[in-house]
Amino acid sequence: MSLLGLREFHAFDAAGRRYLYLVPSAAVFALDDCSEAIVERLGEGPRALTDLAHDLASRFDAVEVTDTIAELQRVRVVGEMADKPEGLSPPVPLPKIVPLRPVPLQTLVINVTNQCNLACTYCYEYGEDKIVDTTNGQQPKFMSEETARESVDFALREARDSTHAHITFFGGETLMNFPVLKSAIAYARQRAAEVGKEIDFSLTTNATLLRPDVIEFLANERVGVTISIDGPEDLQDKFRVFNNGAGSYAVAAPKIKALLARHRSRPIGARVTLTKQTMDVARIYRHLFDELGFWEVGFAPVTTAPGRDYAISDGGFDHLLGQFRALAADYLEASLQNRHHGFSNVRETLQEIHQGHAKAYPCGAGIGLMGVSTDGRVALCHRFAGSDEHGLGTVRDGVSWEKQQAFLDTHHVSNKTDCQTCWARPICAGGCYHEANTRYGSTQAPNLHYCEWIRGWTHTCLEIYGELAEKNPAFLAQFDNEPTEKVS
Amino acid sequence: MKHLTAINRKAARMEEVTKDVVALQGPPQQPEPPHIPNGCSLVFSPGWEADRNGGTAGLCQPVERDLFDCHMGCFWPAQVPDQLNHAPDWTAKCAAAQKDWRKIDLVFPDEKK
Repeated sequence: MSLLGLREFHAFDAAGRRYLYLVPSAAVFALDDCSEAIVERLGEGPRALTDLAHDLASRFDAVEVTDTIAELQRVRVVGEMADKPEGLSPPVPLPKIVPLRPVPLQTLVINVTNQCNLACTYCYEYGEDKIVDTTNGQQPKFMSEETARESVDFALREARDSTHAHITFFGGETLMNFPVLKSAIAYARQRAAEVGKEIDFSLTTNATLLRPDVIEFLANERVGVTISIDGPEDLQDKFRVFNNGAGSYAVAAPKIKALLARHRSRPIGARVTLTKQTMDVARIYRHLFDELGFWEVGFAPVTTAPGRDYAISDGGFDHLLGQFRALAADYLEASLQNRHHGFSNVRETLQEIHQGHAKAYPCGAGIGLMGVSTDGRVALCHRFAGSDEHGLGTVRDGVSWEKQQAFLDTHHVSNKTDCQTCWARPICAGGCYHEANTRYGSTQAPNLHYCEWIRGWTHTCLEIYGELAEKNPAFLAQFDNEPTEKVS
Repeated sequence: MKHLTAINRKAARMEEVTKDVVALQGPPQQPEPPHIPNGCSLVFSPGWEADRNGGTAGLCQPVERDLFDCHMGCFWPAQVPDQLNHAPDWTAKCAAAQKDWRKIDLVFPDEKK
């Protein structure tokens, strides 16, 4: 008789129950006593069905065990193994499925300028790790109105049969080219109406140029706003400084308050870059959420080559995980009482868990999302805008499907050997291309420096998801909609 | 499913598309071989808890089936006629043992010989 063995999953406990996160399907199932006992027993090694039934005979009758095994086999928690007791037969590699024709573009990120009025030391666009020389390069410093219009046309054209298009304005400091941003939005609304598509807009800014007329415009046009800010004054001013070294908090904070007071049509989020020197998640969150009044606060460790002064070291990631977990516990407590909590890292991960997306690619870059440089060249995403090596075409002439396909072929998660044994790959798929490029010199590399962190964080979010599913399932309905691509 | 509860949307979809349990238990697209129950007293295994698929769907066959299982499927010397030499047609009218077992011929020794 053939042996039964466990397949790939990650087990976690929440609300007194045992759950399984299945890999690679990304499905979440709760176990009952019998299925839990079977999984536990098979965890000690493969067994024949009859032996298994015999082992568990004191607790469950044979019919129940057999029925449960059938269910576990159905969802691929348990599988029949080759008839050798030494171990599991090697997993059958998943087919590598690369899209056969262009996918509708969902988000176009338009870098309206590559100039910035701040000089944040860690910046991936200006700092030590930049990949495009925007200062001495050939690109214009500001996107022209004409290129912006061509970008809008490109976004609507590449949206193909999708009824919706989204444009994110980015920089440099986006608001340094406010006139072009303004005219681009007007043009986009007009063109979208002509071709019968819905369109919406968002931007990222450092807040220092939020004049009253700008705020008025953003509120009236329902432009989603994300503010890059690192926390209270002492933390913000460590890296987010003007050219003369002066901190930017004193300039930014009053403008943020004015924006939050006026702009109520879209939720406004803060985007925090965490460094070795500014790692105080709870204090940053309290300041931005409670004191300044942001709707959401999202944190991201700084993208950097190893060895930079501000780089987070391995021990630092453990420390960071502890801080994230503490704030995530707050999030759970609030959510159980149906109170809004603004820790967006949890919300985003919960949404991915809820949908159960099993990703072949870490993000939509080069598929549903692309970035445009000031001269109209199209690249994987805004972080690569202007880089010929990562270019796909131009907004004028369109993108090359051959290049896109080659990119999809070489960046599929099945190419990342290290990821094949990781249970978190349906959610991570190797992580940010830009981060990998900065860290390892290749977009194809998996981000091995934060594997433990990703697994630790995903585990925490699974536990929160399980708690919510058991104690406040109605709360999870907000995640029924498909997530939109985050740009940072 | 009774023992697993689908929690996220992907799990619910998996539950939906894998409803046909029996079809999923066997390897795909292979015709069913003749039913031979797993284990009888010759092979030293506990016996009849599971059918050939490792499930229970093939269990609970009528006792009449044992006639054939013992007669053809394994060596156990059941008290059935000698089909090779003397009574080749003793089951000719019995297409399905569960239904037609009454039509099995009674076979008596030929007293004239």
